[in-house]
Amino acid sequence: MSALHAAAAVAVDHAPAKSADRIGWSRQQMADRCAQEFQEGWLVNLGIGIPTLCANTDIGGRQVIYHAENGVIGCGPLEPGAEDDPNLVNAGGFNIGLKPGAAIVDHALSFGIIRSGRVDVTVLGAYEVACNGDFANWLLPPAIGGTVGGAMDLAVGAKRVFAVLEHTQRDGSPRLLPRCGLPLTATGVVQLVCTNYGLFQPVGQGFRVRDLAPGISLEFVSAATGCALFTT
Amino acid sequence: MRAIADIHRTGKVFDTAEAAVADIADGSTIAIGGFAGPGTPYNLMRALRDQGARDLTIISNTVGTAHQPRPPDVTTFVESGQAKKVICTFAGANRPTEIIPFTRFHEAGEVEAEVVAMGTLAERLRAAGNGIPAFYTPTGVGTALAEGREVRTIDGRDYLYERALPADIALIRAWKADTAGNLVFRLAQRNFNPLMAMAAKLTIAEVEEPILPAGALDPDQIHCPGLFVHRMIQVPATPEGLWFFRRKERVQ
Repeated sequence: MSALHAAAAVAVDHAPAKSADRIGWSRQQMADRCAQEFQEGWLVNLGIGIPTLCANTDIGGRQVIYHAENGVIGCGPLEPGAEDDPNLVNAGGFNIGLKPGAAIVDHALSFGIIRSGRVDVTVLGAYEVACNGDFANWLLPPAIGGTVGGAMDLAVGAKRVFAVLEHTQRDGSPRLLPRCGLPLTATGVVQLVCTNYGLFQPVGQGFRVRDLAPGISLEFVSAATGCALFTT
Repeated sequence: MRAIADIHRTGKVFDTAEAAVADIADGSTIAIGGFAGPGTPYNLMRALRDQGARDLTIISNTVGTAHQPRPPDVTTFVESGQAKKVICTFAGANRPTEIIPFTRFHEAGEVEAEVVAMGTLAERLRAAGNGIPAFYTPTGVGTALAEGREVRTIDGRDYLYERALPADIALIRAWKADTAGNLVFRLAQRNFNPLMAMAAKLTIAEVEEPILPAGALDPDQIHCPGLFVHRMIQVPATPEGLWFFRRKERVQ
């Protein structure tokens, strides 16, 4: 186990987005911005996709415990190194390390931890977020089937839900809306939204702007948002 | 159904995956363990595909992914015409830009999919294995998964009524075992596996390490008691045996 605990240094690129069609924060920077909200001692659950990158973020001296829904309490960084174990993965199926003090449980206990309110925050990817705190992240009609995973349990069980998503769809239409059009994951639970344009808080009639990515103006983000933005 | 009387076995230990699954009947409900690789019984799944039992209902976290190379997954049984229904938490691609092999069969109506929230799936299996017929959970209230379902308000909060989910057969994978069937899982290999073992009438485990004599494992360190494990095989070394491989996260 000692090799697993020795979380090897990983080259993580915290630089701004490079690709030409992308403005604002990169995927890792969105995760970094979310992770800055984590407080000392929190039990943090990271969903699939961008949220898993929060585990790479330096949050100063604050100690948090990362929980993965597949029963890993005390996840370390992604890709811990050559001596990692293929049996140790996070919710997205990617290899991770363990922090000292980690514990492994089965799925029933892992979701018992979630539903009983012991998770301080869950960071989840989303397709849409509404200013009433509803969000949608499991089905894109006309597709059928869907990918519920653990999101519905996390959304109702965690003390706080942070949603992470690209601010607009590829055609520029907004994902931050007065009401979700897609099938909901949970109602009235989202407390904080991080996009490539900034950090936003659902406040009922709109979103309060908590932070903007470098180079993103309030006018620009307002035009890309489906409801009112407030700065106070 | 084929007779297994002439199949080589020593107590719970079977010589091959083929022998261990030989008598699985048409119409069975089969719980298949594993989460994103760890704990997935690839060898038993391959053997069940070759065995050919039909009209199966399969319980598993996911129906499979778009990743290549593709190990045996639930869609394997859909492609072979063996599965009539799947009960799972992921019945589509994780990324909207991907298309998983399952979707074509699902859209064509060749297989039914019951999508269940992950914690609810785990708890339904746990309930089945623990003599609890049903329970109420806050998960899914106000969503499409709650449509037409009983909602009960307890202490001012709404909960969904959920039934236990028993299985006929569980196929699981473990790290270590003894001949009594006691299992030890490694790290995130545990996931649904002990829950499915307890929810099933007959549990078959594929084991990575050589199966030890009873007494060789510390009773305090057993994750799944042999009481719930009826048959075991040893996973052969590659290339005969199926193991899994790792992937990397996309950062940018």
